Amino acid sequence: MKRALLLAILCLGPAGPAFAAGGAELPGYQVVVDLTNRASLQRGAKYFMNYCLGCHSVKYSRYSRVGEDLGMDMEMVKDNLIFTGQRVSERMEIAMAPEEAERWFGAKPPDLSMIARQKGATYVYQYLMTFYADEDRPWGVNNWRFPYTTMPHVLWREQGLQQAQWKEIDNGNGTKNVIESLTLESPGLKTPEEYKQLVIDITSFLVYVSEPARLTRESVGTWVLLFLLVLGGFAYFLKREYWQDVH
Amino acid sequence: MKAYFEGLIGWIDARFPLTRLWNEHLAQYYAPKNFNFWYFFGSLALLVLVLQIVTGIFLTMHYKPDAELAFASLEYIRRDVPLGWLIQYMHSTGASFFFIVVYLHMFRGIMYGSFKAPRELIWLLGMFLYMALMAEAFMGYLLPWGNMSYWGAQVIVNLFSTIPWVGPDIAIWLRGDFAVSDATLTRFFALHVSAIPLAILALVALHLMALHEVGSNNPDGVEIKDHKDADGKPLDGVPFHPYYTVKDIWGSVAFLFLFALVVFFAPEMGGYFLEPDNFTPANPLLTPEHIVPVWYFTPFYSILRAIPDPQFGALAMLLSILILFFLPWIDRNPVRSVRYRSPLFKLNLILFVVTFAVLGYLGFNPPTPLYSELALRFGEWYFLFFIALWFFSRPRRNIERLATLVVVLGLISLYDVVRMEPGHEMLVFLGWLMPASFVAIMIFGSGIEKLGRDLPVPDRVTE
Repeated sequence: MKRALLLAILCLGPAGPAFAAGGAELPGYQVVVDLTNRASLQRGAKYFMNYCLGCHSVKYSRYSRVGEDLGMDMEMVKDNLIFTGQRVSERMEIAMAPEEAERWFGAKPPDLSMIARQKGATYVYQYLMTFYADEDRPWGVNNWRFPYTTMPHVLWREQGLQQAQWKEIDNGNGTKNVIESLTLESPGLKTPEEYKQLVIDITSFLVYVSEPARLTRESVGTWVLLFLLVLGGFAYFLKREYWQDVH
Repeated sequence: MKAYFEGLIGWIDARFPLTRLWNEHLAQYYAPKNFNFWYFFGSLALLVLVLQIVTGIFLTMHYKPDAELAFASLEYIRRDVPLGWLIQYMHSTGASFFFIVVYLHMFRGIMYGSFKAPRELIWLLGMFLYMALMAEAFMGYLLPWGNMSYWGAQVIVNLFSTIPWVGPDIAIWLRGDFAVSDATLTRFFALHVSAIPLAILALVALHLMALHEVGSNNPDGVEIKDHKDADGKPLDGVPFHPYYTVKDIWGSVAFLFLFALVVFFAPEMGGYFLEPDNFTPANPLLTPEHIVPVWYFTPFYSILRAIPDPQFGALAMLLSILILFFLPWIDRNPVRSVRYRSPLFKLNLILFVVTFAVLGYLGFNPPTPLYSELALRFGEWYFLFFIALWFFSRPRRNIERLATLVVVLGLISLYDVVRMEPGHEMLVFLGWLMPASFVAIMIFGSGIEKLGRDLPVPDRVTE
């Protein structure tokens, strides 16, 4: 029941207004986030702390809350998630000074607490999947989903480096080059399947952390709906009882 | 026990008109017995108002009206406050449901002619309520201090700067600054949690007092007070309590079921109730790709954008809201209910609903040339609805038909000529067919007996 509702809502999503920020839509890269897959969320949290939290804070969430929600006790959280010397009750902040970050990267790495709510799980997934080699960029990589991103490909050792295959298209007033596909030229430590799972895990974690209440609100909601059904039954028959002598 | 209770009531009645108020507004207030589905929305609006006030009080306990803290305090409510997410989603969903309910309530009034004599003041007070509700929603929308909050407020406050001469000063006065800032946030907070809710409560009281003075209209649009029994009770009326209290309880539970579906399973409603760009903090340096108001404002936003000149656009938008105030004096046809109005009136009403929905859709989307043209044409249809209503007020002569056709189509064509740009002739001409066909069908159709003639109204309610 809950699953079916969740699916229905996920399907409703694209029917809404298209809000995703600029860049290409990539129909070839689709992700299904399953928040009931706790192992995936735990792995995602671990990967996030390892690869992302150096530059990106999740400043609206606390380590302890993540631990509670993902079924890890506080010792596990301390040993596996906290690399910054913070206490479990603290928010997931970063040590990097914003001014320095801006000097190094050209832009302050954004806080990622809400990124999945703002841009959607698909965006996060596609962004992490579509880095490709580009000699003209400061970090040697560009991104298909978010062209001219200032972020380096942090996961290049895991994924390896992709090359872009270009094609010419006619857009009405002249031709221009667009990316047709990405091919993995130099493999990384993980196979493409393993890397895809890694990105799914991180995406799932970001979806979770953008709205922790989502883990419980649907089950609470189911009970509320059941209660209202029962109450509605009583209310309907009460109304019918009173109204049968009218007319 | 019962004696004690009656003693207490008697003690109060000697000092306060408790029993009298109870009887006048509930137990002895006779409402028509033939209320249908559409008559739930008045009491539902009251229910949503109470929900908004209660959830709002809890939100103010945790919210920080400060540009530095507001966004974070909202996330604190959603994450750290026990059941804070529930309170917050109820409040944000409540805002959208408030407008759904109020739009259906207003449509009911238009459909069954509830604004007509002697109920003009109920309609006027309701329109003031609607304006207050729009102000309340607009100011509340700034409080999360997300980027769409910020830019939405920027756009709407700038509308005031289109007022000739004093506009820019008024905009600065409203904001308390040269751009939307902390000063704007704190004053919007003050107005949102105290001034406007007080005004809304007062207007609701006046709205109900006026209603209970003249009595409710009904789907047949006949006066139930014209036929009373020996005791002076309307034959087609039932006491509001218990009949409509139990009926409204059933309606409220059904409503809450739908409400809970959204609150618990789709609080963002696919981006319509909570906009994605509002999940990033206000940033004066980063304009969202498309600034769109929340869905309940988009029909009027479409009308604003349909005219490229900002002053005339703002004026058209203002008119599109103000014209509703004058409905009792526009539609003077003595037949109240749609049931006994002409087929053309029914068509006009259906087109108005379609127009409102299409304008809402267009307001959500970027204004491409085609969409801008459509927004203008549907904007014209919006106003033509009222012209047709006025025209249907009484039987018309052919000379009136001709005069109306010439004036209306003349003005529309004149504007088309003035705004014509090379390369857009085809689009403008095809668009012109929309108001032209509307006027032709409504104005000349009314001369055809079968299309234009209202039906005889029965003496008593039919169900």
